[in-house]
Amino acid sequence: MARYIKIMTAKATVRLQREPFDAAEEAAALTRERTDVGAVVSFTGICRGDENGKPITALTLEHYPGMAEAEIKRHVAEASKRWPLLGVTVIHRYGRIAPGEDIVLVVTTSSHRQAAFAAAEFLMDYLKTRAPFWKQVEQSGGKSWVDSKSADDAAAERWHAPGKQAAE
Amino acid sequence: MTIKVRYFAWVRERVGKPEEDIDIPPGVKTVGELMAWLAGRGEEYAHAFEKPNVIRAAIDKAHVNAQAPIGKAAEIAFFPPMTGG
Repeated sequence: MARYIKIMTAKATVRLQREPFDAAEEAAALTRERTDVGAVVSFTGICRGDENGKPITALTLEHYPGMAEAEIKRHVAEASKRWPLLGVTVIHRYGRIAPGEDIVLVVTTSSHRQAAFAAAEFLMDYLKTRAPFWKQVEQSGGKSWVDSKSADDAAAERWHAPGKQAAE
Repeated sequence: MTIKVRYFAWVRERVGKPEEDIDIPPGVKTVGELMAWLAGRGEEYAHAFEKPNVIRAAIDKAHVNAQAPIGKAAEIAFFPPMTGG
């Protein structure tokens, strides 16, 4: 029962949008008018100006409407089960994004830093490999789809069965 | 049984359309069997599904593997490995 209450008190927001977001304002919204938050971790993923060593003009993010929200919400719920979070905000942009612009935001709050750090990293690792988004880059030679990276798969894989990992 | 099949990213580009309604032939019971059947529908499909082990799938907006039964699915999606974040 205590676990149930803990999950329900985490304020969770998931948004998919074309428009830019304000990372500082989103983090402030999770701490405003409350004194139980001891840690805020905010991660912003930004569109780099190069891919495979070549400059890019822009990035276009395609997504699967409906499934993207559902998949992110599933992982936010999973993060809330694993760590004592007080708030979670995930914003993922789609559409055309220029180098230097923000792509994704993950903000986690907790009483203590460990949970906030771990949950933010967990959510980002899962967003990279399980959320239905696909990046296409525009370069001088034309458009191409970004290949998935085995390093991202490995990063997501390490969150499986944490009890087993700890025992090994 | 008719279901909506959706394609994303380069699977969509190769097939040449974002979605279509497909009558699932009897004998096609799993997601993997559906991919194999789609691959036989023409050049563009053969190209899209030439490496079926690379293609990811979802039934009714939840990830599944190739062994998953189609069952009473309303919507099946095929797409490359995801590159969000």
